[in-house]
Amino acid sequence: MWASGRKKSFNATATDRSNHEGLKGWLNPARYGWERVAYWLQRLTGLFLLIYFIGHIYETSSLTGGESAWNAMLQFTETPWGHLFLVLVIGTSTYHSINGIRLIFAETGTGLGRPGRPDYPYDALSLNYKQKSGIWVALILAAVAMVYGGNVLFGGG
Amino acid sequence: MAGIIEKIPMLRAGSKKDRGSKTSSSITLRVYRSNSANGNSYRYDTFDVPIQRWTTVLDALLYAKAYEDNSIAIRYSCRMASCGSCGMKINGRPRLACYTNVAELESPVITCQPLTNFSLIRDLVTDFSEFFRHHKSIKPFIINQNADLMTSEEVSEFIQSPRDVDEYLQFSYCIKCGLCYSACPTVATDVRFLGPQALAQAYRYYADTRDNGSREDMKNIDDKHGIWRCHFAGSCSNVCPKGVDPALGIQLLRRHLTSFSKHDKKIAEMKHHSQVT
Amino acid sequence: MLQERQIMRIHYITGLAALFVVAVHILMRLIVPYHTSLQFSNVIANYHNFSYAVLLESILVLLAIHGFNGLRVILLELRQKSSWENGVTIFTIVAMIAIIAFGTRTIIVANGLGVG
Repeated sequence: MWASGRKKSFNATATDRSNHEGLKGWLNPARYGWERVAYWLQRLTGLFLLIYFIGHIYETSSLTGGESAWNAMLQFTETPWGHLFLVLVIGTSTYHSINGIRLIFAETGTGLGRPGRPDYPYDALSLNYKQKSGIWVALILAAVAMVYGGNVLFGGG
Repeated sequence: MAGIIEKIPMLRAGSKKDRGSKTSSSITLRVYRSNSANGNSYRYDTFDVPIQRWTTVLDALLYAKAYEDNSIAIRYSCRMASCGSCGMKINGRPRLACYTNVAELESPVITCQPLTNFSLIRDLVTDFSEFFRHHKSIKPFIINQNADLMTSEEVSEFIQSPRDVDEYLQFSYCIKCGLCYSACPTVATDVRFLGPQALAQAYRYYADTRDNGSREDMKNIDDKHGIWRCHFAGSCSNVCPKGVDPALGIQLLRRHLTSFSKHDKKIAEMKHHSQVT
Repeated sequence: MLQERQIMRIHYITGLAALFVVAVHILMRLIVPYHTSLQFSNVIANYHNFSYAVLLESILVLLAIHGFNGLRVILLELRQKSSWENGVTIFTIVAMIAIIAFGTRTIIVANGLGVG
């Protein structure tokens, strides 16, 4: 296709990223449907939970410093902002888990339908409501978990 | 079509030029202009293009090229969503220009940009070398050591049942337009990722009963920049104009690689399937 | 070295397994009133329970593998130079081992501590 008519000044190499979307492609979930939003949230929640995990391992290590060290840590974390952060952790972990289960099913070809003979309007079989509803369930359960967690943390329950 | 015809008055209401005038509808076409030979600078040229109910974005671009600025670089051929040449980003989303009716965009301003994730040549024309390289790397042809028609006396044809054909047919509809490659978030950052088109084609040949299973090693697919960098964002299937549903093909191939499938690759046995002529 | 498909199988399995053990861990904080459950004596009593200590260790290992492999995947997609890829692999393995070691130390020390 690009045989003899090609000008020498043009040189696209395998690593030419000039027109690649880059991080913007990850960070903008709009325009491509629910699955793209779910992918974006899965990445964000995963990174957030990894940071929380590392922080949690560090904060629980204060146990080894005895009761005074532990209580000092609690004074830092058992605050309204700390509780709000925990509520966010509850929501993100619920979403990440349930969407992760949906992805395990989808990425093993379960619930995506059988290939067939597409016809106008050429809607994609894999983007069906069966697996799409998994995203909505994950979001709804995350919201419910956040409400429950908030009630426990702020309501003293 | 009735839905699209109804949208024309909405465009007419939005078009400043048309208020109170007797002329037909028009839209404002913004076209990305750039030349890779002159560096990375770019601009947007604006054209007012008259439209009818059947006007596609490609028609609008060709009008602008014919009557306003004949230096606009566009790639197109069949004008019927069969060749895949006219892929571009239209109002922020990868589409085929010939297959996108102006009215369905519901906007008085239409912005045409080159497909992202492809190297830019000029204006709306991009370089598909990387895309085709990925496609070639998955060996997109039937491999069957038993199909030597020159030496085998009993061979006449492969026989496939309709069910066998349905396993791969939709993936064979791919026109290599590159819209899926442009939409994929992994391709956005990973230049070594094969891309949804190549991976879907890998499944197309894997699922074809005429192919005799010699793809079992699939080293470039079972690789850290291969099929495992797909995360089912679904954007590829969302933009595909031919119903190929590359995301489905990729997940089905992944099912095989994670050994969650009990379906063994059918090996095309020439003596079993063929008829002696 | 593991093949990528084996790594992804491990990623799926650790994710699923972590879900169960983390659910138990969270529920432990709810069997008594939440703020009471965070008192030093109650927490240490949990750590003295061998089964619970094993549960915590399994959470640590499973989440460290799952989390750092996820980070490895994200970083691999960002750049494709071989030096970057080797660096990412080494970094995530070292970080995984470090966090497991640090957490295990906490579990072992806390298991040996007296109450109060």
